[in-house]
This record gives sequence, structure tokens and C-alpha cells, in this order.
Amino acid sequence: MKFIIIIISTILVNNIIFAQFLGICPFLGTSKKTSTAMGMGAAVLFVLTLATLVTSLVNKYILIPLELTFLQTIAFILIIAALVQMVEIILKKISPSLYSALGVFLPLITTNCAVLGVALNVVTKEYTFGGVSHMLSLAESVVFAAGTALGFALALIIFAGIREHIDLMEAPKGMRGVPIALITAGILAMAFMGFAGLV
Amino acid sequence: MNNWQNFTKGLIKENPILVLLLGCCPTLATTTSAINGMSMGLATTFVLTMSNLCISLLKNFIPDKVRIPCFIVVIASFVTVVQLAMQAYVPSIYETLGLFIPLIVVNCIVLGRAEAFASKNPVWPSILDGFGMGLGFTMSLTILGSIREILGSGSIFNFRLVPEDANTILIFVLAPGAFIVLGYIIAIVNKLKTK
Repeated sequence: MKFIIIIISTILVNNIIFAQFLGICPFLGTSKKTSTAMGMGAAVLFVLTLATLVTSLVNKYILIPLELTFLQTIAFILIIAALVQMVEIILKKISPSLYSALGVFLPLITTNCAVLGVALNVVTKEYTFGGVSHMLSLAESVVFAAGTALGFALALIIFAGIREHIDLMEAPKGMRGVPIALITAGILAMAFMGFAGLV
Repeated sequence: MNNWQNFTKGLIKENPILVLLLGCCPTLATTTSAINGMSMGLATTFVLTMSNLCISLLKNFIPDKVRIPCFIVVIASFVTVVQLAMQAYVPSIYETLGLFIPLIVVNCIVLGRAEAFASKNPVWPSILDGFGMGLGFTMSLTILGSIREILGSGSIFNFRLVPEDANTILIFVLAPGAFIVLGYIIAIVNKLKTK
């Protein structure tokens, strides 16, 4: 039950793009076509879940026992950068088809603030479920990360679908491209506000 | 390019947000009021200036192949400095900005200037470049924050412009308002650019 609440809350209520503003750059950059959006969504799901697992483990078993939690930012960004490189090398070797589908998106993910943001969030923030607030356990952190990534993918794919239609219509000259996309995102964010209070 | 141009190009001609569209996440998330936007901008300016200074000094010692990880470590160190300093001296602002202070590390502007400018230029121009870019960033964030604060809560820098019980357009301090205001500002800048 708890896991279902975490998933609903991360995908819809606290959607990473429309409520938390993390990962806006890839959201605007890779949402011109639905197929690209799906590739990016899948890559983020993969890396975000894995990165959160590794950073939570490092935090729990290395940084906290050694009282080095002030190094979280530095440690996490290096872990994420190394992890992305490693995933790229491993994928190339064992699954060339998956690599060719995700390949171009992987390097982009290192500087995606969604990954570092979620990794830092799950180890520093307390969450309230069923009236009790506590730090997320390891399993909960991983579900939280996967849910967040699914929320990212959902937002990206919806937005890409809308943008494909916007491109066909005549917007005023200054509005074309990014400005009209941002305003559309604003209206989508309004729609997502309707989910507030769901859990 | 002379020093003056290094400094001013970040303010208008290559403004990181309005023209280059870099670093959108903190721009949208922290501009619920003018003061929040400005604090975020100043924190980023400090990191940008100091990391440009350091990387420019170290550029001859960093091997070319591992330069990106080196830059990230330098940037992350300064971000930690800012984070600890803000936690100690301005805890209320630190609380509101929250996660976005550590996230300066992955702000594309900082790494972008390190890679594009500081790793190729001497110390003094690099400092000016970082400072100018940072001020351009601060300026855009303050403008965006002011507009959202005026429309959304009827005040600017916590100074009230409308009576206490007046209805304000609350949507502008919430998430959708951020996207819409930034969209219109960029549209206006585009319009001015084409003239």
C-alpha cells in the first residue's frame, strides 16, 4: 500500500517537472518528437533508479558512519557521472540495440538536475505517509526514484505530443519555438495541479 | 575582446536565461518572489566567479581528457562553501531555496562558462566573464521574481502595493505562473531581437 501511495504521489501529485521544476532543460530540449521523448524517458528511468540506489547505499554505509554528510553534493555528482559512463560502456557491450536507442541521451543525463535532485532529496528529506513522517528506507527510495522517473516520462511524452501539433499552427513570430512551448507547459502544469490532494 | 566587453556580454547580449536559455530549473523554481530570485542569482554568481577564477588558474595543470570531472569537483566544492555559509548566516533563505542550492552544481551555465571561457583564457578576463554572466543571471531572476510577486501576491521585495485583503492572481506564485511568465518574457526578448 505504501509503495502505491509513493508511486501515485511522485507521478501525479508531485510531478517532477510541473510541481518541482527539476529536469526542465531536457524537458524542453528533447520534447520535439514523441519518439525522442520516449527514448529520453526510458533512459532517465534507468539511470535515475540506479543512481538513487547507489547514492543511497553510499550515503548510508560510507558518508553517515564517517560523518562526511557535508560532502554529499560532491560525492553524489561524481557517483552519477561515473555511473552514467559505466552504464554506457556496459550497454554497448551487452545490448547494442538498447545502446543505440538510449545512447545519445545517456551523456545528457549527467547534467540533468533531476538525477542529483532526487538523489539528494531521498537522503535529506522526511516524508509523511499515513500520518507518520520518517526518512525513506532503501526500498522506498528506489520506488520513489522509479515513480519520479515515470512522472518525468509521462510529462515528456504528453508534452511532445502537444508540441508536434503546435508546430503545425501559426503562432505570432516572437512566440514561435520556446516561448509558446513554455506557455503550453504552464497550462499543463495547471492541469497537474488538479491532482493536488489526491494522496 | 577587451575586459569591458567580457563583463557586459553576459548582461544583455549573451544573457544566460533570456537569450541562451541555460539553467532553466532554478529560474522557474526559485522566483516565487523578487528576494528569492535575487538570492539564488547571487549564490550562483559567487560560484560562477570563483569557479572561473580557479579553473583559469588550474587550466595548465588539468589534463585535457579528464577536464570535465575536474571542473565538476571545483564547482561542487564552491557550491558546498555557499551551502554551508548560507545555512549559517541566512537560514530562512536557505530553507526556502532548499534543494536548489546544491543543484547549482548541475546548472549548465557554470560548467558551460568553465568549459567555453575559463579553460582558455587568463585569470582576469575569466573573473569578469563569470561575474558578468552571474549578474545577467541574477538580473533575469530578479525581473522574473518581481513580476510574479507583483501579480501573485501584490507586493515587491516584501513591500505591499495593494491593500491586505485585496484579491491577487495567486496562480502566478504557483508552478504554472513560472512557465507562463518566462514564456512571455522570452517572447518579448525575441521580438526586440528581430527589430
